[in-house]
Amino acid sequence: MSTIELLGRQIEVDSDGNLKNLNDWNEDIASEIASLEGIEQLTDRHWLVINFMRKEFIEKGDGPTVRRLTKESGIDTKELYALFPKGPAKKAARIGGIPKPKGCI
Amino acid sequence: MKKLVILGAGTAGTTMVNKFHRVMDPMDWEITIVDHNETHFYQPGFLFIPFGVYNEEDVIKPKRDFFPKGVNVVMEIIEKIVPAENKVYLKDGTELVYDYLIIATGSDIAPEETEGLKDKLWQKCIFDFYTIEGAMKLAEFFKTWEGGKLVINITEMPIKCPVAPLEFAFLADWFFTKKGIRDKVDIHFVTPLSSAFTKEKCAEVMSDYLIEKNIKTTVDFSTGRVDNDNQKIISWDDMEVPFDCLVTVPTNKGNDCIARSGMGDELNFVPTDKYTLRSKAHENIFVIGDATDLPSSKAGSVVHFQSEVLFENLMSVIEGREMKARFDGHANCFIESGFGKALLIDFNYETEPLKGQYPVPLIGPFSLLQETRMNHFGKLMFKWTYWNLLLKGRDIPVSNEMSMKGKIQE
Repeated sequence: MSTIELLGRQIEVDSDGNLKNLNDWNEDIASEIASLEGIEQLTDRHWLVINFMRKEFIEKGDGPTVRRLTKESGIDTKELYALFPKGPAKKAARIGGIPKPKGCI
Repeated sequence: MKKLVILGAGTAGTTMVNKFHRVMDPMDWEITIVDHNETHFYQPGFLFIPFGVYNEEDVIKPKRDFFPKGVNVVMEIIEKIVPAENKVYLKDGTELVYDYLIIATGSDIAPEETEGLKDKLWQKCIFDFYTIEGAMKLAEFFKTWEGGKLVINITEMPIKCPVAPLEFAFLADWFFTKKGIRDKVDIHFVTPLSSAFTKEKCAEVMSDYLIEKNIKTTVDFSTGRVDNDNQKIISWDDMEVPFDCLVTVPTNKGNDCIARSGMGDELNFVPTDKYTLRSKAHENIFVIGDATDLPSSKAGSVVHFQSEVLFENLMSVIEGREMKARFDGHANCFIESGFGKALLIDFNYETEPLKGQYPVPLIGPFSLLQETRMNHFGKLMFKWTYWNLLLKGRDIPVSNEMSMKGKIQE
């Protein structure tokens, strides 16, 4: 079992380094993970994406791909990459406390 | 008279029509297969065309050679499926009624999805090798190319045959070495993945090969557009990679008829139960191969393994039994590594490719996750197996479910 220390707590993570339990997550934890990922400040636009990711995961059992994010969240691809450099779906999933979407294989 | 309609006569559709024709009583069943192209392409062979190993004749045969007698063959574009009516509408206005439907409409490249990809440099110094036209044009280009920056770029996942771009890089290393100009060709592998391959264990092995063969790798690169004037690919987050020759694996999408039917996801892949292969939305529709949205590889070997499961489950549904067969995500692929050698990987939804021997434990003759000459012969022999066994829906002496026998677990 791997854990990561966030805000003074040991929290269980999966093999990708994403939180294992949905319930371990809260907004402060999200901000802490974001800063580890190099995102200093989570803006409203970030939260829009993160909340969309969590909603999709809870409803469908998997997070969306970048393509689905673009189509459904109303944020275009260019901005998604500006908000979450390198991999929007992967990064937003990690910050949102859900597993890496299977679509980003 | 009951009606089974199969849409698509590629690897999956052809395999299924043969399997069902063998067991269905022609007095009770009418089987129809629909496609719009008379030519069957041996797609794994496209990889070898740019390097002059295969030519066009090696990879094409008439589709009709593989259909059993007594099956209705309809050559027409599929306009749309209307599941509420149990009907398929064709472009010429024909309506096909079905009791059961198998969707095997595959996937194709969609270079138009990326800004600047299918522009003035298309097929001048930007090529794909996932179509016969692209592979042939690239072969012509390589004949006289004197070297420069060769960039192999996967635009976005998922793609058909995820190992093919890596194989292309390895074969390019071999091809230009043989030509005596390897020192003039700078090979650069650019992928949206965070490592060389989708599966972690295999990715480690692959990245060692890339280093050993002096192939530069850039990961986490999601292609946003192609700058034709400055010959660069540019990622969504503004990384730039210059090229003299770009070998692109464009976005892959399911058939447009899926979009017209409103049955697909954002890439026109049909939501499918990953174990039973039944459509998530309709009980009398099954989906197979590249047309599905499954998290398994899009490849011929996968179709073969799926075909057994789909056959069992559709027969169960027809006969009013519970569906028992489960697809485990099994895939196996030969990976050409150049210089007459290849690797073989065998994996499923849960298990990463491991080392060992295949298909017979300790004996092989194929070695898993290791580079051997035997694996290379296996890859070449597969062409025979494909035309003579696989398409005809015959058994191949490898197990349908992935086996842990002969595999070394660390």
